[in-house]
Amino acid sequence: MSVKSTAVGGSPAKSRAASRGRSKNRSGDGPEFVQLLTPEGERVEHSEYAVDLTPQELRGLYRDMVLTRRFDGEAVTLQRQGELGLWASLLGQEAAQIGSGRATRHDDYVFPTYREHGVAWTRDVDPLNLLGMFRGVNNGGWDPNENNFHLYTIVIGSQTLHATGYAMGVAKDGADSAVLAYFGDGASSQGDVAEAFTFAAVYNAPVVFFCQNNQWAISEPTERQSRVPIYQRAAGYGFPGVRVDGNDVLAVLAVTRAALDHARSGQGPMLVEAFTYRMGAHTTTDDPTRYRSDEEREEWAGKDPIARLKAYLDREGLADEAFYAEVGAESDALAKRVREGVRGMPDPEPMAIFEHAYADGHALVDEERARFAEYQASFEDTTAGTGR
Amino acid sequence: MDRTTRTMPIAKALNESLRKALDDDPKVLVMGEDVGKLGGVFRITDGLQKDFGESRVIDTPLAESGIIGTAIGLALRGYRPVTEIQFDGFVFPAYDQIVTQLAKMHARALGKIKLPVVIRIPYGGGIGAVEHHSESPEALFAHVAGLKIVSPSNANDAYWMLQQAIQCDDPVIFFEPKRRYWDKGEVDVAAVPGDLHKAVVARPGTDLTLAAYGPMVKVCLEAAAVAAEEGRSLEVVDLRSLSPIDFDTVQASVERTGRLVVVHEAPVFYGAGGEIAARITERSFYHLEAPVLRVGGFHAPYPPARLEEEYLPGLDRVLDAVDRALAF
Ligand SMILES: Cc1ncc(C[n+]2csc(CCOP(=O)(O)OP(=O)(O)O)c2C)c(N)n1
Ligand SMILES: [Mg+2]
Repeated sequence: MSVKSTAVGGSPAKSRAASRGRSKNRSGDGPEFVQLLTPEGERVEHSEYAVDLTPQELRGLYRDMVLTRRFDGEAVTLQRQGELGLWASLLGQEAAQIGSGRATRHDDYVFPTYREHGVAWTRDVDPLNLLGMFRGVNNGGWDPNENNFHLYTIVIGSQTLHATGYAMGVAKDGADSAVLAYFGDGASSQGDVAEAFTFAAVYNAPVVFFCQNNQWAISEPTERQSRVPIYQRAAGYGFPGVRVDGNDVLAVLAVTRAALDHARSGQGPMLVEAFTYRMGAHTTTDDPTRYRSDEEREEWAGKDPIARLKAYLDREGLADEAFYAEVGAESDALAKRVREGVRGMPDPEPMAIFEHAYADGHALVDEERARFAEYQASFEDTTAGTGR
Repeated sequence: MDRTTRTMPIAKALNESLRKALDDDPKVLVMGEDVGKLGGVFRITDGLQKDFGESRVIDTPLAESGIIGTAIGLALRGYRPVTEIQFDGFVFPAYDQIVTQLAKMHARALGKIKLPVVIRIPYGGGIGAVEHHSESPEALFAHVAGLKIVSPSNANDAYWMLQQAIQCDDPVIFFEPKRRYWDKGEVDVAAVPGDLHKAVVARPGTDLTLAAYGPMVKVCLEAAAVAAEEGRSLEVVDLRSLSPIDFDTVQASVERTGRLVVVHEAPVFYGAGGEIAARITERSFYHLEAPVLRVGGFHAPYPPARLEEEYLPGLDRVLDAVDRALAF
């Protein structure tokens, strides 16, 4: 599907309205807002973006979202129980993540932030791998090349440049895969993100910038980051931007597929803004009652991505009780596996501090490692000797 | 206890200090990510926006280069911005502004302009955080001429050193020992403070000097207490300032004790300990009974939380160095 340039921006009158008031930026609707499934679960058509999924594929998306939410909820619980040091919940963003993740091809490459647990799921990353960093047993912990899913990046915005560079490499290799770079509304303010847009544009890199505008960057609302809707930033760099209903898994899938195809076919980068909401706290250490209202959260609860797809499945008779029971059982099993897996995750050996500091070795690291080993051993001797 | 002295945690002392600075001088601004309604992720700016308004306590966009770059501009216009970097690991987008602009502008203008910008950075480990939230990058800044670097270790210093940093006409990087935020101490809001850059003897002793700053002062005081039980008298010097460093106080201490161990969380390689060891060796060579030893981080990335207890200098590592120094 080709993306028409009209997807880039609104009319001048609309832009003025956007820069004057907050309402437009926050409401998320308007002609550019791509939606294929209403919050009530009614299927609607869009002039540029379409999906045609089999009932099985639709049920698959539902299953993905339910399992992702269950995994995420389990991680929150494990943090409360002290099994994890921290957790960044994706609650509310399941459609944005599953829809975009399922739009990727096996050979595409994904660069996540720290919240992309749903995208990781679609890339077949073992959920247990995601927990190591939050438990504090590693600083990343998986082989990015195994699933073409890069490590989580905590420093805001950095990965958009890595994604752009990776995409430049893809183009140099003449491959027809694409790169998907995730970032947040807050991240859109970072210089790195602006530079990523510039590089991607001038090199026509096959990268899709996928912004999950979940309305908040910790305590700061999106208006603190931008006076225009974020997708409109793309216009200034010379590539298309589009806003999609981030709680509509079908629309996200359609738009991301189109954007990846656009990149793949040599037309360069694209920006997708998935308009969604962070239903939970920023992380388990955050207290959102200090800065946002319950009403806002309630309003977004009415747009829940999973309930929406379920309403559609039910309305069309595409799923029966047996299916839901099966998904329920599967998510119980997943939760159990995650619980047991985390509790059984061993602490790293102290000597792991020195591992992988360099690929080619380093004399000082070797020296410090040897001394530390000696020091540790002397301590053990003392313990054995004196019973200290 | 007189009325001007109150017991409070370091976090509260910093909060009160900012409040006083905002009260005293209308040109003082507080700016950073989430410093408004949230009061900062550590609540250091708690309640300040409510009391001083959004134009003085400013939630910035999520962009550290922007925070420091605009703070420079505000300072050029006569303001005294007190910026907050959310965590140590997130200062680097601003490193360019700090190193190439903030540090050098006064000199380039032949002294005609002043850059009274304060950069508050919670730093160091020990809170079980994920990566980039536990680092000690002070040496990367201390290496740059034009910046002043300080780090309080207790509540009274937190209160007063921040006042003094804000009043300073040079850029000051104010490293806050985040794992000590909740440690309580007495703050005397009336006592006239000493020099911002002066080191103090936090515990007198005769056998060996432990020099530390920020979060490691507590570890050294504990080490001195344990050593005392074993009949060893350790002196603890709280450096307080890393640029400049009060070498005179360290020298005087070392010339009394004859031995020096420098302790910091930051990696030893190219760290403050190396600088202090070299200077003190030059100044006090004939007083030294042992080489100056250093205890600090390794030349490896800060490890995941479940290894930080091994990584961070603790009582045992400090006492091990003390043993080695005393064995000479
Ligand atoms: C360079 C940098 N500065 C600050 C932080 C601290 N921080 C972590 S998440 C966050 C907010 C991010 O907001 P957004 O980009 O909207 O992503 P979201 O968390 O909403 O998914 C901040 C300020 C950081 N991780 N990196
Ligand atoms: Mg956000």
